[in-house]
Amino acid sequence: MSDFAVDPEEVEHIAELARVELSDEERERFAGQFGEILSAFEALDEVPETDSDPDLTNVMRPDEVRESLDQSEALRNADETEDGQFKGPRVS
Amino acid sequence: MAENIYITETTIEGADDGPLADRTVAVKDNISTEGVRTTCGSAMLDDYVPPYDATVVDRLQTAGATITGKTNMDEFGMGTTTETSAFGPTDNPAAPGYVPGGSSGGSAAAVAAGEADLALGTDTGGSVRCPAAFCDVVGIKPTYGLVSRYGLIAYANSLEQVGPLAPTVEAAAELLEVIAGPDERDGTTRDAHEHGSDYEYAAAADGDVEGLDIGVPTELLDGADERVVEQFWAAIEELEAQGASHHEVSLPSLEHAVEAYYVIAMSEASSNLARFDGVRYGTSGGYDGNWNESFAKAREEGFGEEVKRRILLGTYALSAGYHDKYYKKAQDARAWIQEDFDDALSEADILASPTMPITPFELGESLDDPMKMYLADANTTPVNLANLPAISVPVGDDDGLPVGLQLVGPAFGEKRLIRAGSALA
Repeated sequence: MSDFAVDPEEVEHIAELARVELSDEERERFAGQFGEILSAFEALDEVPETDSDPDLTNVMRPDEVRESLDQSEALRNADETEDGQFKGPRVS
Repeated sequence: MAENIYITETTIEGADDGPLADRTVAVKDNISTEGVRTTCGSAMLDDYVPPYDATVVDRLQTAGATITGKTNMDEFGMGTTTETSAFGPTDNPAAPGYVPGGSSGGSAAAVAAGEADLALGTDTGGSVRCPAAFCDVVGIKPTYGLVSRYGLIAYANSLEQVGPLAPTVEAAAELLEVIAGPDERDGTTRDAHEHGSDYEYAAAADGDVEGLDIGVPTELLDGADERVVEQFWAAIEELEAQGASHHEVSLPSLEHAVEAYYVIAMSEASSNLARFDGVRYGTSGGYDGNWNESFAKAREEGFGEEVKRRILLGTYALSAGYHDKYYKKAQDARAWIQEDFDDALSEADILASPTMPITPFELGESLDDPMKMYLADANTTPVNLANLPAISVPVGDDDGLPVGLQLVGPAFGEKRLIRAGSALA
């Protein structure tokens, strides 16, 4: 297994992309663990290029109006709502 | 209840009549139940109450089953021990002091403890089969597309299926019969009738293995504990005594299954879990200011460490400059694994291996070492990557620690697995 170093700044960059704040302690611990995990992933380099021919087909249905959740049910789990809409954080 | 099996105990009555009218079923807490909170084992969804039922829950109720509660699980299905749950670990009723396996640990424990007759779990990389093996019960991971995922809170869509857990193969087959079949609300479901099968699963549990040709992939024995391997061969001998035969096969691609699985599952998870921003559901934390920063704070609070680890690694694997190196290579490995299974199953009726290469960890043993936990999935993850069905059947124990036998069949070959598995349990 090759040495694959990940530094805490790199972890912080990924965390920003993923919209997850981390504590200093998590950042340090993840840096060490990611080095080990990504080193293991390096073994994928040995995989030959393989023609995959997945039997995927688009599944379509007619675009017809039908019963669905009513507005109050759809909003029920939101912390904050206003005028029948979801309310996000206030932008300062 | 000492084992911490349920996150929410409740009683949801089913129809008066039906094939499961006298049965109780425990349901994993990532499967939506209308009006009953569904947490995915996460603080993020601590008070989330789905406004609709998953298709499998509808089908349970139509079949007359009584649902006993929502079972503990690794947070969002991410774990092999049920210890990453925000609601605490579950003890193993079949081996107290040890983990029940994961991520459907509560469901397997419910069946093992007799808290429910049957249970539903979900299997993304082994999450039905691992806890089945560790808790000494039967678990089935269906062919991809056999069972609807509508109402299952997604972790890695291209890999996961809902599957039954039960004390016997026949009982698991009865539950599979109820939940299987196409659903217009899940475009990835397929009709087994169009793929050379029918849905008479329970009737297939006749234990007839006369003439059955079993392939044994050597790669899935290499890394296994010696005493697990001993139990495995004892089970093969038992099948041979009933008229089956075995030969060894080689699937070199399986050496890369764990890496390929984790790259694909983490990548899909990083996208699926983007929806948890605390606005439509989940914990918002009530932060104001920059949107990205307040979302990031809500997610820091709501997600546990393993979930953060997987979201970050998935984000990394999909990020500019690394996509070809990780995600694309993992898809190559997936296609290669599918080819290897096709070849092996053209020269054998089913393939057999230990379900888990190890016996259950002690509670707390693997929590600080993610790689150790990931490597335990070596024998189960290839099956999800190949979209195939598999069953785990209890085959004895090693000093009180249960060992499971995994049987893998061709797509929509559930009846073949049920027939063979029922020769043992």
